[in-house]
Amino acid sequence: MEKPLTQHMRGDGAPLSLKEYERAGGYQALRKALKEIEPKAVTALVKESNLRGRGGAGFLTGMKWSFVPLNVPKPKYLICNADEMEPGTFKDRILLEQTPHQLIEGMILAAYAIQADQSYVFLRWAYKLAAKVIKQAIDEAYAAGYLGKNILGSGFDLDMHLHTGVGRYMCGEETALLNSLEGKRATPRAKPPFPQISGLFGKPTIVNNVETLCCIPHIVNRGTDWFKNLSPGADAGTKIYGVSGKVKKPGAWELPMTVTMRELIEDYAGGMQDGLKFRGALPGGASTDFLVEEHLDVRMDYTGVAAAGSRLGTGTMIILDDHTSVVGFVRNLEHFFAQESCGFCTPCREGLPWIEKVLRTIEIGEGKPEDIKTLEFHTKYLGPGNTFCALAPGAMEPLQSALKYFRKDFEELIRHKISA
Amino acid sequence: MATLYIDNKPYDPGTGKNLLEACLSLGFDVPYFCWHPSLGSVGACRQCAVKVYKDADDKKGRIIMSCMEPVTDNQRISINDVEAKEFRGHVVEWLMTNHPHDCAVCDEGGSCHLQDMTVMTGHNYRHYTYKKRTYQNQYLGPFINHEMNRCIQCYRCVRFYKDYAGGKDLDAFASRNQVYFGRHEPGTLESEFSGNLAEVCPTGVFTDKTLKEHYTRKWDLTTAPSICQHCSLGCNTIAGERYGELRSITNRYHGKVNGYFLCDRGRFGYGFVNAEGRIRKPRVNEVEADKQQAIEAVKQAIVGQRVIGIGSPRASLQSNFVLKALVGEDRFYHGVSDNTHNLGELVIKILKEGPVRTPSMKEVESADAVLVLGEDLTNTAPMLALSVRQSVRQQPLRHAAASNIAPWNDAAAREFIQEEKGPLYIATVHTTKLDDVATKTFRAAPDEIARLGFAIAHFINPAAPGVNNLSEAEVELAQQIAQKLLEAKQPVVISGTSCESEHIVRAAANVAWALHEKNKQTGIVLTLPESNSMGLALMGGHRLHSALDAILNQHADTVIIMENDLYRHGPASMVDEFLKTCRKVIVLDHTNTPTVEKARIVIPSGTFAESDGVLVNNEGRAQRFFQVYESTDVIQESWRWLLTIGAAIDHPRLAKWKNFEDITRALAQEEPQLKGVDHITPPSSFRMAGGQRIPRESHRYSGRTSMNAGVNVSEPKPPEDPDSSLSYTMEGYRGLAPSQMIPFFWSPGWNSIQSVNKYQDEVGHSLRDGDPGIRLLEPRGTKATYFIGIPEQFVPRKGHLMAVHLHHIYGSEELSAWSPPVATRIPQPYVLLNPVDAEERNLKADDTFHFGIEDQAYAMPVKISPDMPQGVAGLPYGLAGLPYVELPSWCILKTNMSWKKEVYTP
Repeated sequence: MEKPLTQHMRGDGAPLSLKEYERAGGYQALRKALKEIEPKAVTALVKESNLRGRGGAGFLTGMKWSFVPLNVPKPKYLICNADEMEPGTFKDRILLEQTPHQLIEGMILAAYAIQADQSYVFLRWAYKLAAKVIKQAIDEAYAAGYLGKNILGSGFDLDMHLHTGVGRYMCGEETALLNSLEGKRATPRAKPPFPQISGLFGKPTIVNNVETLCCIPHIVNRGTDWFKNLSPGADAGTKIYGVSGKVKKPGAWELPMTVTMRELIEDYAGGMQDGLKFRGALPGGASTDFLVEEHLDVRMDYTGVAAAGSRLGTGTMIILDDHTSVVGFVRNLEHFFAQESCGFCTPCREGLPWIEKVLRTIEIGEGKPEDIKTLEFHTKYLGPGNTFCALAPGAMEPLQSALKYFRKDFEELIRHKISA
Repeated sequence: MATLYIDNKPYDPGTGKNLLEACLSLGFDVPYFCWHPSLGSVGACRQCAVKVYKDADDKKGRIIMSCMEPVTDNQRISINDVEAKEFRGHVVEWLMTNHPHDCAVCDEGGSCHLQDMTVMTGHNYRHYTYKKRTYQNQYLGPFINHEMNRCIQCYRCVRFYKDYAGGKDLDAFASRNQVYFGRHEPGTLESEFSGNLAEVCPTGVFTDKTLKEHYTRKWDLTTAPSICQHCSLGCNTIAGERYGELRSITNRYHGKVNGYFLCDRGRFGYGFVNAEGRIRKPRVNEVEADKQQAIEAVKQAIVGQRVIGIGSPRASLQSNFVLKALVGEDRFYHGVSDNTHNLGELVIKILKEGPVRTPSMKEVESADAVLVLGEDLTNTAPMLALSVRQSVRQQPLRHAAASNIAPWNDAAAREFIQEEKGPLYIATVHTTKLDDVATKTFRAAPDEIARLGFAIAHFINPAAPGVNNLSEAEVELAQQIAQKLLEAKQPVVISGTSCESEHIVRAAANVAWALHEKNKQTGIVLTLPESNSMGLALMGGHRLHSALDAILNQHADTVIIMENDLYRHGPASMVDEFLKTCRKVIVLDHTNTPTVEKARIVIPSGTFAESDGVLVNNEGRAQRFFQVYESTDVIQESWRWLLTIGAAIDHPRLAKWKNFEDITRALAQEEPQLKGVDHITPPSSFRMAGGQRIPRESHRYSGRTSMNAGVNVSEPKPPEDPDSSLSYTMEGYRGLAPSQMIPFFWSPGWNSIQSVNKYQDEVGHSLRDGDPGIRLLEPRGTKATYFIGIPEQFVPRKGHLMAVHLHHIYGSEELSAWSPPVATRIPQPYVLLNPVDAEERNLKADDTFHFGIEDQAYAMPVKISPDMPQGVAGLPYGLAGLPYVELPSWCILKTNMSWKKEVYTP
């Protein structure tokens, strides 16, 4: 089983140095691309590889790049979205902390493909160690001639900057990230225009997730067929999956995209802690719908999870056990989403705090039967398109599925006026 | 023609619109908050949701925000779809979770867009049972009140204040359901356009603090269409009265002049109408008199005497015309300084005899290159500054459009445009508040500004005279400006009279004329000092100094001065001498001025609020203002007083005129330049369907039977309006008033100012029957006869300073300065110097600087600015108490001023 993204990690959690990375074949893809492959052809390669964005939405990466106009004046921007703030998600952190040059090489290749001359790593505020690691790696890359003017004598120029955020979930949304990077309020932008046309500072821009960008050097090095064959299913490449919650061995593993939920929980995470039973899981982070026991054999790829009624999202699941209050679990998530709403559009700004309050009331045994109706109209109307961005629709996914699968939990707390 | 299907019926949506604009323009009621015709769309409130369908077979559709979607051909949408309606109801329900439901004690209650939209969506039952969020409010100065708890976070306030008007001190703070709109700390809002927040805010967060001082429900006001009195732009306003007091000025939409906005001087300057300084009774020899006694006194003073009349640039055409008719054409004088008089004639000559048209403010907004010569627009013609601020977006918006970003897609367009700005060049004596959007600024003495203008004209077209002795930098700048103006599709040159320099105005004309030979779309805008400066100049009359000569040389003995404080138009010594020499001084005015104090007979004139009249703005647009209320005192229009006097002395002409229309008809016939002013509005005999008048009071007006019960329990018969087809009652025509005479905006279900949508042919465009007023000035010339006579280079003289006037939005204009809230914003008198000039005289900031100009001595506190040109000293224009002085003029720098009469010390 190949693990291109994590195979060279040292195992002690320390980052691969430039030397170590080069020894493991690092920056060969960059050398190859700059020498042999036209920018357009890099994009074509990535398109052909069927790589889908690992940030949560799963959009085809090569397709995204192909919308950037090539023959327009600079600046153009390539941005790595390292604002990993989805609750339960910690996969990018591993890549950031342990293989920084893999990310940087991926970013340079992406920038080359779209002919960007400026790049940013937009890093989550709390990732202090990653900040140190990335900063040092960028310095090393500059010193080695991988960044700056005339990279490896190719005539291609690229600058790279590390930008640490201030800890807003909203900044993970690519257009809010752009506003934040510009020094504006971190509110999202309407699309169209897409960032490929009018992105950072109104210029053509690509925003990609850390894990997505880390795949690029391997695609360039080993070809699209190899990449597609990493997973025998519909999706290409490997994926870093994570499991958190009350399992024996929470963690993250790079696996082919054919693994099932059951395998992840039982084989990799060691199964549920003693005395606890599995009730459900959010398969791809906090903003995905619950899957339950009947879905345990669902394949963890984009289509498999979608067919089961949820989203692969970031591929990092949160487990709900039978000793944890469903209402409390969901209330805690909605508290997070309500706190992190940017306050730009009405349904999200006013709806989420209301939901949180309702859930809290139910949780402490003061709920009323009509409270379920209130929750339900929110899950209906805080959908995509109704709100300005995907934050509130994401916040509705755990709630709507909890009402679907665990409705009794809600009703009993209300009926018996007991606190969870 | 595109077709838009709304609930399965086909419509023509027009072009370039988003769905919301299209629906509103077609007359549909789609609720909205964050969208505004002038501010565009951002999609924040989610209130304007409709369903859109893929095709005729798609029955499910999806919810979209109509403000964020361009209209496409054969598009199918539904406003009445159940889900869309339910969603819109929920949006209001969400907003109401934190909105305090304090309508009963809210200034906005009953004329509130949020209330209207709530009713429109049908949301009426509150399910939310939790605590509401609360905020601390801020002190925002004398104009605007802040009540943040009411906020529904539509972001319109900051989008107007920051994005549209360029303000720097209002912003959105915090996030989630704590978003806060205010200043970084309590304090006076700095923008000159802050008052618009009260109309832009869809609820009661930002409200008119001056109205609050004497609050009344907006529908309890008696209102009339009016024209702003506080500069030459002629913005359209609605003035409202209750209990004999003028209580508010709000915007009256005009598609070409002021659009949706007003400046703060125009909105809050009305306080002079209610001020303590008002003259409410006639005075004869300093003793209060009744109407009869006053007329008798005037009769005695003028019969058999050689009477001259002095008119006013702040009085209506009608008043000036009747005064002219009373005293005779040869004895009618413009009450302005000779320099101002000359400038007025020059402006008319340029606009009439030259080949270049003067555009409206709306057209200036769409100009794609602007040159400002001499004017500090924010302080002399504020709303024009707002137009110029929009003009710099024209070229960048074209670039955005090329990337498929529509101008109405506001956040996206601004994001794409970033700091890119179209060409705007500003040449002024000192900094201006438009500098932040200027391509380049040029700071110099007035003659240097004129020279730059002449040079630009020459570089555009060598047929225009060239300028000698320009520095390299000046040549380069003039060439650059010439090039940018030539490249533009719709260039506009703006200048005016505030530098009191004919050279500058001539230079502006040369630039516009030179451009015109290459581009027929060129425009020239020239601003004038006062609300009817243009009207007075068009009317013809003699110079003020010849009035003084007539009196001093005893060709005349009695003077009638109308609505004019001569001390603002001539040196005090001269005016003193003049008034002393007159046998009788008769003054008609509404406020006690230094001139009134010298009068033998004082006649109480109406302000605009108590008057009917016509003003001509700087665009040459003659516009009617209507009486808002009849004064309970003997106060009436100057023209009406003069008619009464005319009748009393059996004047051959005046005795024949009975009312406003008689005068206006005669005026239109006799004054060749004012032809057509009798057709600005429908005649007073005009009636709406069923023979009805147009009521000044809404059908919601309350208290009519009781408000005067303390005086008399019988409800008095309302006054009849002999001068217009407006009535002083609630009764009358209930539909939309004709565009020329809209006393208030209201439409069923639309109780706020947003009802203006219903009065326009398309939202954000012209009023239904066309925008009011008629343009009197269209260029007759086809070819330019360039001005020659270029001023000499300005060389600072050792030991001397060239004094020039600097204008202030608050203080430089006479009437608004009497408004108490405006008065708090007026600066203290000062003299502004360049640091080098200050140091040379050993002066530091706040030191007292002694100097003289003509025969006036000054001892003024010093302000220092590195942006002030060397060798030039700036004096604030027109501040009350500051003596009149004609500038630019050399200061005499003497520390010992004992040889002067009286030293002016603030």
